[in-house]
Amino acid sequence: MRPTRTSLCLIIVVLMASTSQAETEKPLVRVGSKAFTESVVLGEVLEHLIADGGGRPEHRAELGGTQVCWKALLSGDIDCYVEYTGTIQQEILSGESVRGDESLREALARRGVTMSRHLGFNNTYALGMPEELAAKLNIRTISDLAASPELPRLKMRFSDEFIERDDGWNGLRREYGLPEIAARGIDHSLAYRGLQSGSHQITDVFTTDAEIRLYNIRVLEDNRSYFPLYQAVLLSRADLQDRAPQVVQSLHRIEGLIDNAAMIDMNARAKLDRIDESRVAADFLKDKLNLSITLPGEGRSARLMQATHRLLDNLLQHLMLVSVSLIAAIVVAVPLGIISYCHPRLGRVVLNSVGIVQTLPAMAVLVFTIPILGLGAWPAIFALFLYSLLPIVRNTYTGLSDIPQHLRDSAMVLGLSPMARLRLVELPLASTSIMGGIKTAAVINVGTATIGALVGAGGFGQPILTGIRLDDFSLILQGAVPAAALAIVVQAAFGYAERWIIPAGLRIQST
Amino acid sequence: MLELDQVTKSFGTQTVLYPTSLVVTEGTTTVLIGPSGCGKSTLLRMMIGLILPDAGTIQFQGETFTAANQLALRHRIGYVIQDGGLFPHLSAFDNVALLARHLGREPSWVKSRVAELAELVRLPQSALSRFPAQLSGGQRQRVGIMRAFVLDPPLILLDEPMGALDPLVRYDLQNDLREIFRTLKKSVVLVTHDMGEAGFFGDEVILLGSGRIMQRGTLNDLLKHPADEFVTRFIQAQRWVQSDDVNTSKGRHRGHSGEHSTLQHDKHVTSKPN
Repeated sequence: MRPTRTSLCLIIVVLMASTSQAETEKPLVRVGSKAFTESVVLGEVLEHLIADGGGRPEHRAELGGTQVCWKALLSGDIDCYVEYTGTIQQEILSGESVRGDESLREALARRGVTMSRHLGFNNTYALGMPEELAAKLNIRTISDLAASPELPRLKMRFSDEFIERDDGWNGLRREYGLPEIAARGIDHSLAYRGLQSGSHQITDVFTTDAEIRLYNIRVLEDNRSYFPLYQAVLLSRADLQDRAPQVVQSLHRIEGLIDNAAMIDMNARAKLDRIDESRVAADFLKDKLNLSITLPGEGRSARLMQATHRLLDNLLQHLMLVSVSLIAAIVVAVPLGIISYCHPRLGRVVLNSVGIVQTLPAMAVLVFTIPILGLGAWPAIFALFLYSLLPIVRNTYTGLSDIPQHLRDSAMVLGLSPMARLRLVELPLASTSIMGGIKTAAVINVGTATIGALVGAGGFGQPILTGIRLDDFSLILQGAVPAAALAIVVQAAFGYAERWIIPAGLRIQST
Repeated sequence: MLELDQVTKSFGTQTVLYPTSLVVTEGTTTVLIGPSGCGKSTLLRMMIGLILPDAGTIQFQGETFTAANQLALRHRIGYVIQDGGLFPHLSAFDNVALLARHLGREPSWVKSRVAELAELVRLPQSALSRFPAQLSGGQRQRVGIMRAFVLDPPLILLDEPMGALDPLVRYDLQNDLREIFRTLKKSVVLVTHDMGEAGFFGDEVILLGSGRIMQRGTLNDLLKHPADEFVTRFIQAQRWVQSDDVNTSKGRHRGHSGEHSTLQHDKHVTSKPN
């Protein structure tokens, strides 16, 4: 009995060691994606291709936008992600006015980034109308629409952004000689329902919107090439070629693989049919490249397990973000508050500085810190740390400054040194105010920590982000409700902690 | 004990103290009296180095205040302010023990010293565990005195110590305090604006007006021979009776339960000439 068990253990250990060794031998290739469904689906496609090419993929999904992905790519936190040529031109190389794919490719190469050929679809603005009506009126292109005798009877409603953009409605109208309409905006998703209900017949769409399939909409061809091209391309780090040549080869198979119809279909499956993005991507690759991909953890019970796991994971990540940033802020901000109190002139500078820090947009802080701190928890912790400084510094300073003069004198005349006065008298007297500042910072942090999801730090922001992306209200609640509950718990916990930290004599006075 | 030689002080353009000299003799009580803003508190605060003079010197037991020795000098001076100036976050015991503990005295020494002082100022033991907010005004002041006494300093400075107390409580505390000062042979400087209190405590009374010493001597000197119009007016303003009628330095005869009773009470003592 005993030898069998020992040998069994040994076998398991050896097995585990060998598999983990095999795993580490595979090159790690990290994929990024932005916080909208198309990007996440494409990230999953890349993930499967990396695995098929002998790499060990890791998907940092739902990052907070172009700048986050781009900075992460440059810093090596991700190795590749799918971007759009229009976005590269407008947002990434905005200072350079680069035109044409070849010059884009060169400009990116100078930054150590390789741009693939087109993946096949172009996700840009277009005009859409119900397929049935378009067929009846024989309208295929925007020029057809402009020339249609029925045009005066066709009602148009556009999204606010489309109306306001330079390359939106106004330019389009001039280009095609379309009639002027009263510029009344409508929510993008409501625009589709309006088409269906017949309240209007023409609206702006994105050419790969899932709703195009759902509502059977004809996308009118932009025959004068008015709208800028947003051709999907794969951006990858140039050094990936050396680290994982086979993976790069495998990734290249995505070029020309996905046309608009295929992308619309995948978007619709993920967003409307609520099929897991990984499954959507796997089915697509099975269909196109005949890859057979086994996905772990499918089935009802596995999903349920995942849900509770996710909640626990999110909670732990969220608590980690809040507590690490808060502790760091206390360590820095309380001394800053003390210095401000002891040296009023320096104090004004300190208080103004932390006040300015408070006004920095979270997104800007995250984007700026990614090159230094990478993706994940650290940039989020850093941002939360910055936002915690003001309430703690301010309350420490105020708490110390508000000590009545006669108590300050009493400490002086006893012959206590400045340090002893601070430790024995002033800080205890200011403790109520300091604790108040820390409590404020903690509660604000619990709410603000949801931004962590934008840089892949997890937490309760993750379900919120996914919920917004999938238009799934229950998923949003899965993040928002625990975050709110956590804020209440934190508040209560501090109320309890105050009993230990604030001296009893002060609590008598305050009641 | 304490010598101030030609000290002056201005805050901005306003002179609060013109060149002033005074000597506090060992074992005596000096009272600084005068209207608000006369410079008496400034003078007291100079004596413990809270305010540094613009000119002139202050010598305490032969030493002048410097940045290096001011903490050590303060340990040899007790300072009591109105309402005790107790730290609200510490119990009465901890308020008294704070300095001794900080200077590393043995816990057993601290404990017996506090008990001893409580007995001296007649503070009930049960009050020691209470916080200042839970004590009466008189008890707070007694704790403040204990705190000033904890290292047994030879010099005690008191800045209107009875100012916030009601008359009956003040009466008891005045009696106890004078008794303590006499038995322990403390050198004392007391600031007040109450003539009766000045006469009760003071071996020497120094009357200040707008930054200058107007007159000094025993209370009786001031009452009998006011130096000028200011002194006369100040004495009148106290609603005090004629100088001839007053017993000033010996014994305790005045009740303080109100202005009228004070006057009536004082008339009783006219039969005991000084």
